[in-house]
Amino acid sequence: MNPALIIIFGVIIFSSLLGIYAGRRVKMNLEEWTVGGRRFGVILIWLLMAGEIYTTFTFLGASGWAYSKGAPTFYILIYGALAYTVSFFILPVIWKVGKKYGLHTQPDFFVKRYKSRYLGVLVALIGVIFIIPYLQLQLTGVGLIVEEASNHSIDSRLAMLISFVLTCVFVYTSGIRGTAWVAIIKDIMMIVAVAVVGIGVPIIYFGGFGNMFKALIAQRPNFLVFPGATTNMDVLWVMSTLLLTGLGFYMWPHVFGSAFSAKSAKTLKRNAIIMPFYQIPVLLVFMVGFTAVLVIPGLKNGDFAFLTLVNKTYHSWFMGFVGAAGAVTAMVPSSILILFASTLLAKNVYQAGFNPKASEEEVIRLSRFMVLVIAFLALLFALFFPTALVNLLLIGYDGISQFFPGVVLGLFWRRVTRAGVLWGLATGIALVIFLVFGGWDPFLGMNAGFVALVANMVVTVVISLLKKSSLKSKSSKLKT
Amino acid sequence: MQKGTIYALILGAIPFITLVFALPLVNRIEPVILGLPFLLFWILSWVILTPGILFAAYLLEKRFNPPEEGEE
Repeated sequence: MNPALIIIFGVIIFSSLLGIYAGRRVKMNLEEWTVGGRRFGVILIWLLMAGEIYTTFTFLGASGWAYSKGAPTFYILIYGALAYTVSFFILPVIWKVGKKYGLHTQPDFFVKRYKSRYLGVLVALIGVIFIIPYLQLQLTGVGLIVEEASNHSIDSRLAMLISFVLTCVFVYTSGIRGTAWVAIIKDIMMIVAVAVVGIGVPIIYFGGFGNMFKALIAQRPNFLVFPGATTNMDVLWVMSTLLLTGLGFYMWPHVFGSAFSAKSAKTLKRNAIIMPFYQIPVLLVFMVGFTAVLVIPGLKNGDFAFLTLVNKTYHSWFMGFVGAAGAVTAMVPSSILILFASTLLAKNVYQAGFNPKASEEEVIRLSRFMVLVIAFLALLFALFFPTALVNLLLIGYDGISQFFPGVVLGLFWRRVTRAGVLWGLATGIALVIFLVFGGWDPFLGMNAGFVALVANMVVTVVISLLKKSSLKSKSSKLKT
Repeated sequence: MQKGTIYALILGAIPFITLVFALPLVNRIEPVILGLPFLLFWILSWVILTPGILFAAYLLEKRFNPPEEGEE
């Protein structure tokens, strides 16, 4: 058995055991399972958020874009910093509302703020529809990275199956605590792997990143300014994409929902301050992609640049370490995606839409059962219909960001109405589908999702203003 | 709006100004600083400065906004 295999499986199994251990001695109800009893301090929240945000594809994708597109990849370094700045202002307020009204999920917020169970059902369904392809992507990531790292001695399907079954087990037993604990291993391994490779390869091949950039600029003078090697990702595209992703980031149901697990509003403010430091590994990943441009040119798929270069440069046991880091880096976000998709279906679709009398016990039981259903669905797609959901994935960020007006206006603007949010959301999603699949993305040089978000915002505000009675009626703004 | 919140929002605008709206002005290779092409150097600097900016916003809110009930 080769050393890479032992390392990969050792880490996956140890992580899962830690995840299961995390939930010991906690009597699971929805409050504990979904939001950890709202007791997480700064460190656990940081681990949780960093754990779920930086996925395998952040790294394969960031190096892949650096390799094949050049400068447009810089947006990945920037948008986190913008998103954390936004979170500084909105998450503490969201947390206070959540604490006051006992909210667990993003649709809960819509139900409470707009007094409509069915708006909650709609938001939950849209959320789940975009979560499943994202989950499938994580699965594909595990398969790909483990197969590559083990030098093709493990089949990607076997790797997917094993890591997903283990992920389900610790989500089922420990809920969000399991995610936060496994994130400890993930964050450490990932940072070590990225630091070794990101600092190492420019030194090994060029004696340092300064020389590497010199060589790259000499060979391809326009590669490191927008639009890089692309024709349609110029400055305007980068700017609009940054606004879209910076604002839309915390609209992902699992990221939004994790905010409720903080122990105070202040915890989230402090977390927002330290989060941007986690962007530094992204810079190191760029270095790998840029070095690969010079050292291993001509790869068909840029997403393989990172792994191919590591394989060429390092001993196989280190490849095992990278493979293990990649696998847990997919398992942690997967676990939180599964957890929130399950809660959304059980609480916001089943209970709110079909059976309002369902007891809390019934909801938690159904949520935990849904873990298996969701994971099974994602596995099914990944194994047998790998391309079926590609289109959904393509518009995931564009679609999810359309929640932004409903959330932020709902928090800070008294007059926004249910009709306004509903029409705005419908306009935004319809426009995303029309522009992206009609071949209009980028639209006038801008990211189509951003164009849709602007239209959504305008519609939400205009329709809300049309309703005069909202002035007379008592403030519907949620008190915090 | 409370005074501290206004100050915090002004600081919060800085990352958006430098990392989004200023991009057309910094989209060039030269000068290369510390081995990094200028565009990347600019972006990296402001990303690293963002925690400092947010920390200043945090302190200003604390200084100028009255403490809320229930906070430690």
